[in-house]
Amino acid sequence: MKVFRQAKWGEPLVHEVSIYRKSGILLDDEFGEYGKKLLSKIQRVVREGNPPLPSLSEVEVVRHYLRLSQMAYGVDLGPVPLGSCTMKYNPKICEELASDRRIAEAHPYLDEEDVQGLLEVVYTLQKWLSEITGMDVCSIQTPAGAAGEFAGALMIRNYHIDRGESYRDEMVVPDSAHGSNPASAAMAGFKVVRIPTDPRGNTDLEALRAALSSRTAGMMLTNPNTLGLFEEHIVEIAKEVHGSGGLLYYDGANLNGILGYVRPGDMGFDVAHLNLHKTFAAPHGGGGPGAGAICCRGALTDYMPVPIVDYDGRKYYLRYDIPRTIGRISWFYGNIVPAIKSFLYIATLGPMIKEVAEVATLNTNYLLKKLETLPGVDLVYGHGRWRKHEFVISFEKLYKETGVNAEDVAKALLDRGIHAPTILFPLIVPEAHMVEVTETETKENLDRIVEAYREITHTAYRSPDEVKKAPQNTSVKRLDVVYGNLPKNIVLTYRQLEKRRRGE
Amino acid sequence: MRVGSASSSLTYFRVGIVVIGDYVPHPWIPNSYIKDVLMKELGISSVLDLFNDVPGELILKRDLNVGYGSPLAEYKLVRHFDEIMSKNRYFFKVPPFLGGGMCYHYVPAVIRHIANRSEFYTAYTPYQPEMSQGITQALFEYQSMMADLYGVDIVNASMYNGSTALAEAVRLSVRVTGRKHVVVSRSVHPELAEVVRTWSEPVGISIHRVGYDKETGQVDLAEVEDYLRKLKPAAVIVQTPNFFGIVEQELSRISDVAHESGSLMIVYQDPILLGVLEAPGKLGADIVVGDTSSVGSGLNFGGPTAGVLGIKDAEGRLLRQLPGRLIGYTKTLDGSEEGFIMVLQTREQHIRRERATSNITTNSSLEAIKSAVYLALLGSEGLRKLGEAIAGRTQYLLERLSEAGMVPAFERGVYLREVLLRHPDIARIRSYLKSQGVYIGPLVGRFYQDLSDCCLVCVTERHSREDIDVLVELIKQLLGGG
Repeated sequence: MKVFRQAKWGEPLVHEVSIYRKSGILLDDEFGEYGKKLLSKIQRVVREGNPPLPSLSEVEVVRHYLRLSQMAYGVDLGPVPLGSCTMKYNPKICEELASDRRIAEAHPYLDEEDVQGLLEVVYTLQKWLSEITGMDVCSIQTPAGAAGEFAGALMIRNYHIDRGESYRDEMVVPDSAHGSNPASAAMAGFKVVRIPTDPRGNTDLEALRAALSSRTAGMMLTNPNTLGLFEEHIVEIAKEVHGSGGLLYYDGANLNGILGYVRPGDMGFDVAHLNLHKTFAAPHGGGGPGAGAICCRGALTDYMPVPIVDYDGRKYYLRYDIPRTIGRISWFYGNIVPAIKSFLYIATLGPMIKEVAEVATLNTNYLLKKLETLPGVDLVYGHGRWRKHEFVISFEKLYKETGVNAEDVAKALLDRGIHAPTILFPLIVPEAHMVEVTETETKENLDRIVEAYREITHTAYRSPDEVKKAPQNTSVKRLDVVYGNLPKNIVLTYRQLEKRRRGE
Repeated sequence: MRVGSASSSLTYFRVGIVVIGDYVPHPWIPNSYIKDVLMKELGISSVLDLFNDVPGELILKRDLNVGYGSPLAEYKLVRHFDEIMSKNRYFFKVPPFLGGGMCYHYVPAVIRHIANRSEFYTAYTPYQPEMSQGITQALFEYQSMMADLYGVDIVNASMYNGSTALAEAVRLSVRVTGRKHVVVSRSVHPELAEVVRTWSEPVGISIHRVGYDKETGQVDLAEVEDYLRKLKPAAVIVQTPNFFGIVEQELSRISDVAHESGSLMIVYQDPILLGVLEAPGKLGADIVVGDTSSVGSGLNFGGPTAGVLGIKDAEGRLLRQLPGRLIGYTKTLDGSEEGFIMVLQTREQHIRRERATSNITTNSSLEAIKSAVYLALLGSEGLRKLGEAIAGRTQYLLERLSEAGMVPAFERGVYLREVLLRHPDIARIRSYLKSQGVYIGPLVGRFYQDLSDCCLVCVTERHSREDIDVLVELIKQLLGGG
């Protein structure tokens, strides 16, 4: 039997690699004493001696980080079915072309005439994203999805203020929403009003009607929602929210399952963000950088962040004269490199991009069909409904019957060479696994995932302790999250770790 | 179907009024080759059946008008992209002397090599730490090196970039102090100040700008002290070297006054000069902010980079309010091994929701790791030498300029890396230089009306003596000797 084993290098911290002082960089000495001469003019803020850093040679640095890389796991090694994260394969040509020196060496303050190619890419991407979302205009200045949410919430806020309705200080958010939605709304100064989910997995319409009032600024919604279910009453929701004077915000994190089939603008959304590192195949970089886009239509277009890339028929330029702009969300023009990867991705697929949604949805439902019959597994909401980009299963029954919980199952998946899905989210599903396999997983791999789950759940009923011992095949065994979080144990730097080891 | 111009039969399937083009499979979407197998497993005859809960009128009845009309073969994409990129002007006679928050620093090959490891760049946030020790350990090292360099206790695992890190620092200071005013020096990068304003105003934070000394280019001490005593703000923000390239030499004094007023001191500082400049944490900064463009991220038309956000926090008052991910040390449950995990997540949005310290989710891990790789490569002595190399070029530039009769805008200030040139004909000088393949900038009149005759000139380790000579000789030529 083939067994997965992750590399286990026992690699020390970079501070402990080298005993003798070396350097991995050779510098010139062209300016001799000029440097010291300048530094001698500075009073009080000159550093005495060398800064405290480890000092390694080039080969030591390369080996250290290469070994660390082998103790990481990404889509290029196997499935990463994290729900709402859309961990799809990152095409290599996009990586290669986006590392072009003409991009890497482009300074943000080059004159517009010197960066026409870059501006053309950004402008074209803005246009394509507008078409994809059914909005009037898009900007890629937001460095991530959550920054887009914040921008959108600010736009909604300023829109109401300008209409003399600054009393609209409530943002409606379903209880199944991503945590960033309420957090972004709060950052923009809104009070958050929670709406429950009904048994079919939709937003509870009655509760929504009751929550809407003259204080409603808007509603933030992801559709399909985090259960992977399409909001069946979206037309009514849009009508109700607009009827109350509020605006509708689209969280684009879950667009992958309906890409090219349904557009946020057509559903009645006024403003939307997209995660280019999810839907449009820019990589996640171990947590970032990603790239966000913020798109809107109608009156909100006057509130877009600046600058935006525009075209006057002859040349591309950075446009700052947006009448009621919320201002700059970030410096310069956004996370250009991942945005270019998304440009290349969309350019490659062109109009067949909706194949993404088709296959992502097929994969999701195929996997769910196989998993929902396993012992100890339940579907909590929306029985009999097709999922879109993801689904959520509950291991509550398994936990009650065997003591093996969702986290144990997740760790056991790691032992089989499969990254675990998002667990314990959304919060409305007990012992949840939120699974998103995207369109880039093969059927062979989906079957492997099924096999892994089958083996784990059966083992749970036979000898639960075996599952609870997982993981055994990863670089380290199960880590103690409670220990690491105890106030007296918090160690966030090597310096603190040294102190701890000295027993201070 | 349609791939490029290859003509094969176009097939459609029809459900109700919806007509959907049926494309040939695509290599990036493996199961597009076996859709029929999956449909059979699900007992459906059309993929559209999976969308039976979507109101019919919402389903798009045409293909999206994106891309270039049809899918592109890889070689066509390469050619097309090259055509677009060739519209950029890229080759310059000498490395551009452009500054303004980002400079033409060198990014060593080792960094690209490590950052191109698939295990790193295709990974997600380390939600399963047992499988992600490479990432958590690298980020722990980043936190450690940056904290040491800035002289603070804690640096988080990165923000998007320096600008949003500064905005988050301001909001952090407001949460910690419960105060609503923030004082920002006018010599802070104007785009940073704009971002701070965007992120602060909605929660009722008032931004107050304090001026700079017309002779030294440093923050106006009397004014900042006055504001601190009068307003008792949540924080004061100083950047060093500031937007004009001037080293702020009164950080200790400003932080003393700030602390007397119960305010926090926020210092924005580029990490690359920390080999020669004192750590801001040692000079009284409570919160430090920076950006990794100079230490491994490079330019990329402005992003991505990672934002450095650090705190001095003996009492743990700031830590509870700190936004962003933190990697901490732990042990395995059986106590046999050490490892690193995300800690203190109860501050974050996925748990705390509207009461979180920030909405940040995706951050800039890979850029943070790249900067850790660069700092490890440079090492203790390397970072100092690099700082000296940049200082040497700055000194040489100033001396040569002065020979040419050009004086910087603030005669009594100490410039480091960037120099603010003042000349009545500055725009003409800049365009003449550019016509000769030498780029300086930005002209700062776009940000400061009172400095409309000024332009930044920035030197890095990449500029040779000859490069600076070329710059100065061209200016001399234009202005008729000096």
